[in-house]
Amino acid sequence: MGNDDIQKLTMPKWGLSMTQGKVVEWLLQEGSVVTAGNHLVEVETDKIVGGVESPVDGTLRRQVAEAGTDVPVGGLLGVLADSSVSDAEIDQFVESFLPEIAADDHESSAPEPAFIDVEGRRIRYLKIGEGGCPALLLHGFTGNLDNWLFNHHALAEQRAAYVLDLPGHGQSSKDVGDGSLEGLRNVVLAWADAMSLTEFHVIGHSLGGALALSLALSAPSRVRSCTLIASAGLGREINADYLYGVVQAARRKELKSHLQDLFADPNRVTRQMTDDLLRYKRLDGVQPALSLLLEHFLSGQEQANVWRDKLAGLELPTLVMWGEQDSIIPATHSLDLPDHFEVARYANCGHMVQMEMASAVNQRITEFLQTTDGLV
Amino acid sequence: MARTLSFQQAINEALDQEMSRDASVIVMGEDVVGGQGADGEMDAWGGVLGVTKGLYGKHGDRVMDTPISESAFIGAAIGAASSGSRPVVELMFNDFLGVCFDQIFNQAAKFRYMFGGKAETPVVIRTMIGSGFRAAAQHSQSLYSLFTHIPGLKCVVPSTPYDAKGLLIEAIRDNDPVIFFEHKKLYPLEGEVPEELYTVPFGEAEVVREGADVTIITLAEMVHESLQAAKALSAEGVECEVIDLRTTSPLDRDTILESIETTGRAVVVDEANPRCSMATDISALIAQDAFESLKAPIKMVTAPHTPVPFAANLEDLYKPNALKIATAVRAVVEYQTWETTTSRS
Repeated sequence: MGNDDIQKLTMPKWGLSMTQGKVVEWLLQEGSVVTAGNHLVEVETDKIVGGVESPVDGTLRRQVAEAGTDVPVGGLLGVLADSSVSDAEIDQFVESFLPEIAADDHESSAPEPAFIDVEGRRIRYLKIGEGGCPALLLHGFTGNLDNWLFNHHALAEQRAAYVLDLPGHGQSSKDVGDGSLEGLRNVVLAWADAMSLTEFHVIGHSLGGALALSLALSAPSRVRSCTLIASAGLGREINADYLYGVVQAARRKELKSHLQDLFADPNRVTRQMTDDLLRYKRLDGVQPALSLLLEHFLSGQEQANVWRDKLAGLELPTLVMWGEQDSIIPATHSLDLPDHFEVARYANCGHMVQMEMASAVNQRITEFLQTTDGLV
Repeated sequence: MARTLSFQQAINEALDQEMSRDASVIVMGEDVVGGQGADGEMDAWGGVLGVTKGLYGKHGDRVMDTPISESAFIGAAIGAASSGSRPVVELMFNDFLGVCFDQIFNQAAKFRYMFGGKAETPVVIRTMIGSGFRAAAQHSQSLYSLFTHIPGLKCVVPSTPYDAKGLLIEAIRDNDPVIFFEHKKLYPLEGEVPEELYTVPFGEAEVVREGADVTIITLAEMVHESLQAAKALSAEGVECEVIDLRTTSPLDRDTILESIETTGRAVVVDEANPRCSMATDISALIAQDAFESLKAPIKMVTAPHTPVPFAANLEDLYKPNALKIATAVRAVVEYQTWETTTSRS
């Protein structure tokens, strides 16, 4: 132990309910030279299949957990070290490895989502982290706060980070008012008031991106920065067939095939992910809420709200992120933006950028938020 | 993280929430309040096993105890349903439904048809099924196939707390008579149940486990025995797909047939007696519509053609279980046709 040249690769904790994951397959051979962020091994949880990224630059020396085995969160998956470290030292490291019993192992101390009443609507949210200029993460259409399960902890390292279920979504009230984006935005603002959040960074995905933009345009004094991930509101084109399909699909098989459109790698969609969505769709009030939102969100087969002409006037720092293989909202919407916008595009990545490119996205957003805070 | 409830609590919550939502929903049956004549909650048992406990305190006279006169109160519930109420009537054990066959088979099931679609009968009849309770031959049967036989009735047989709540809410909102069968051994089973109201649609079987080698088609408590068998078989390299029918009428034929088309092998598991049963019904469906896909004869795992024994050792022997299911699956997997046997030698 204590050998700084040896780095452990452990089972990550993706989301609150995760206690273990199954090793699907190793993506790189023992002996491969890797850089930080490379996907080394594919892991399956109840919620999603994802790649575990290398924490450091180095050589993958040992695949400890074999494909097919279940490994508890924090358990050893593999070992990274330079070639200068001997095999014997690595054997020694593996043998003496003790998983860190993290504080959040005690279920009672794990953060639990809370509910707050906002203008007669029950809103579910979860706060992790403390201090700083808080970050507010807004999910997309038919999503919920779990959409940020790969990002929430990382973004909460330097500040309070809030995820919430938008009206009509997750476990929040299914009352979406008139179904307009402005209506949703006003609920988010009222929620921020109720939480005494005067200024915050807003990070939105897809429909949540349109909400983030709408917040930035209507309440610029409240928004310190704006991060738009595969965002709506930046162009007309959208895969309306997906949106109608996911609202109408009543059976698991049908729904799963729609969900696969969200990812560049369709294998990321698990049975549990599909089941969770199916169960959500069966809740009283969800079907009319989603239909009403779509009615306002779409105009025929296109997006109804596009704010491209207003972007030049948007002075706050803005980061735009897109997956090149997004089949819901095309990556071309990240082109021809005002000069002061930062843009990050990712190859081999679909609509769920924050899931498929979690570590790169987390790093980029963290840096962006830090820089922005420095400007104040 | 998500909230868990028992099967029994899930049913109670569905009744409570639907009564709060819709004033036309009433609950009636033998001892569903309990302690008639006593003051307040103290003596209100809420049914023999406490499934309706607490409803009387919240909803008062919309929860009604009835005399031990099944034909009368089932008839009354059907009458109330045809004149604007949504009664959920409990007939303790399905074994007693025999005394009100006319009300159920000839009246409730036929109204919509005989009145040219002008009459609706939104009644739910809740009743307990199942052996393994040491309750002898008159309190232990699983008679859902009798009711599945009758056009005009819908038959629901849930296996999990989640399904119990969602299917009961669907049943209450449905405008046709629904018989809701509750396996009494499942009452303590815990599972995730949303606090909000939701419905699980009828006629949609649930693929509770995916697998490529054999399809196990089952329902109620046997879903859990089948899953246990599937887990053991997986260690032997045999992957079972397990289908929970959830409703026997309407029946989700597509899910069954699609699965057989992939696996080519079928084991039907039914706790009920074997003749004219769900097991024979599903087997006939597969034999008729998926014959070309079959790689082996269909196997049925059922109780024998006897009453449910009272003697504990005999009752245990009577009931299908994970061991018997695994044996049947192995037989189906190892089955060889005359051609495959000879071509090897």
